[in-house]
Amino acid sequence: MYSEKVIDHFTNPRNVGEIADADGVGEVGNPICGDTTKVSLKVENNVIKDIKFKTFGCGAAIASSSMLTEMAKGKTLEEALKITNEDVANMLDGLPPQKMHCSNLAADAMHAAIENYKNKNASS
Amino acid sequence: MREVYFDHSATTPVHPVVAEEMIRYITGNFGNPSSMHSYGRTARKAMEEAREKVSLGVGAGPEEIVFTAGGTESDNMAIKGAAYANRNQGNHIITSAVEHHAVLDTCKSLEKEGFSVTYLPVDRFGMVSLESVADAINDKTILISIMHANNEVGTIMPVPEIGRLARERGILFHTDAVQSMGKIPVDVDEIQADFLSVSGHKFYAPKGVGALYIRQGAPWLPIRHGGGQERNRRPGTENVPGIVALGKAVELALADMKEESSRLVRLRNMIINGVMEKIPHTHLNGHPDKRMPNHVNLSFEFIEAESLVLSLDLEGVAASSGSACSSGSEKSSYVLSAMGVPKELARSSLRLTLGRDNTEEDVDYLLEILPAMVERLRLMSSSYKDKH
Ligand SMILES: Cc1ncc(COP(=O)(O)O)c(C=O)c1O
Ligand SMILES: [Zn+2]
Repeated sequence: MYSEKVIDHFTNPRNVGEIADADGVGEVGNPICGDTTKVSLKVENNVIKDIKFKTFGCGAAIASSSMLTEMAKGKTLEEALKITNEDVANMLDGLPPQKMHCSNLAADAMHAAIENYKNKNASS
Repeated sequence: MREVYFDHSATTPVHPVVAEEMIRYITGNFGNPSSMHSYGRTARKAMEEAREKVSLGVGAGPEEIVFTAGGTESDNMAIKGAAYANRNQGNHIITSAVEHHAVLDTCKSLEKEGFSVTYLPVDRFGMVSLESVADAINDKTILISIMHANNEVGTIMPVPEIGRLARERGILFHTDAVQSMGKIPVDVDEIQADFLSVSGHKFYAPKGVGALYIRQGAPWLPIRHGGGQERNRRPGTENVPGIVALGKAVELALADMKEESSRLVRLRNMIINGVMEKIPHTHLNGHPDKRMPNHVNLSFEFIEAESLVLSLDLEGVAASSGSACSSGSEKSSYVLSAMGVPKELARSSLRLTLGRDNTEEDVDYLLEILPAMVERLRLMSSSYKDKH
């Protein structure tokens, strides 16, 4: 049911954890199915220097979080904001259709983290 | 890599002796039991011998056994057949909230036809109480359907007591014995059942064959119509190889039920005790002792069961989760939610169901790999840190 890439990211997830002094944090959950993803960022000169995730969810949720962090690291905030959940799924060679909406939340969580970063910087 | 199958409540492998027996009725003895000639007579004889074995297995007479295509069909036939035959007596049916979909959805479909159904609640162990059944009975009640053992949490229901109550009140009683048959004693007189469903693939016969016990004289109508087979109760050319297999599987199950069930209880308890000891924040779902000998259901806080099932699968262990995150909206199990298990715990429930092929080494292997897997997933989990 899962692609090899999903299994790879599930088995060896990249960038697991939480950045202690993060510049931006975003958490997104699907209220119906309960999957939750938390993304924290370190931003330098408008570029994502470091990104980490923590996820409560199924294999698809964990793998898509891991893939998202790989895709976003080193990108400018503008580039990162263009990454969609669908892009993440495509990079994983697809997700089962029933997982697309409930378990593919990582890009949304990162967008929330960038939003959080921007709000913090606007107010200070 | 070691391969361990811990999903016997989903289905079992066909027993080699059963396979050997049934193959003779696929290749050589292929006759139609309705035929006059020797081919037909050979097939009929094998089928009637199988009927005898199944009837002995549930303490019934052979004429009370109807072969079906499995548990789902047996449940449909029992409930709809009893409902239609008794609709002039009343339109009320009592069942439980934790039945298999084969029962629940049949009841739902009858609701659309004007029947009214009470879905009884269960306690936190998944148990239906006799009192709740008694309270639900009204003068329109024609049928009670309560499962013998639950497929998801393994709880064994007080069916002899419910059967006695139904008999006293003149109400028909059906029990879905799909999970119990072949593993613990199933006796239609002890249970006082009028209808009882079994399915071959849960006890080492192939998929797609089962049986329905219909008590002699119980008011019931067939829901299928055709060529008169099974004395018109379930017409259609019989699945002779499957039926032969079902008979053999019942015979094999009865032969060593006591020894096999105590062996499984031991392995089951090794898993439950071992996991509880080695892994903190773990909960047992279902009844502590009124549970199937082969059934383990545990919730691991902070992780979603599917990720654990996937991790186990990658290490060669086949298990299942009560909550399948594949059904779209309904992520956590209706059985666990009827038991009042909090949503997060319901989503983290892992079902391990043992069978004949499992050994103590299988259990050791599980207990060796599981703690690290749970820890790994917890460290990744967004809900873990808060509590740590
Ligand atoms: C309790 C119960 N009833 C009914 C069924 C359906 O049986 P079958 O798969 O043979 O149709 C199952 C198995 O999935 C079951 O566990
Ligand atoms: Zn999911």
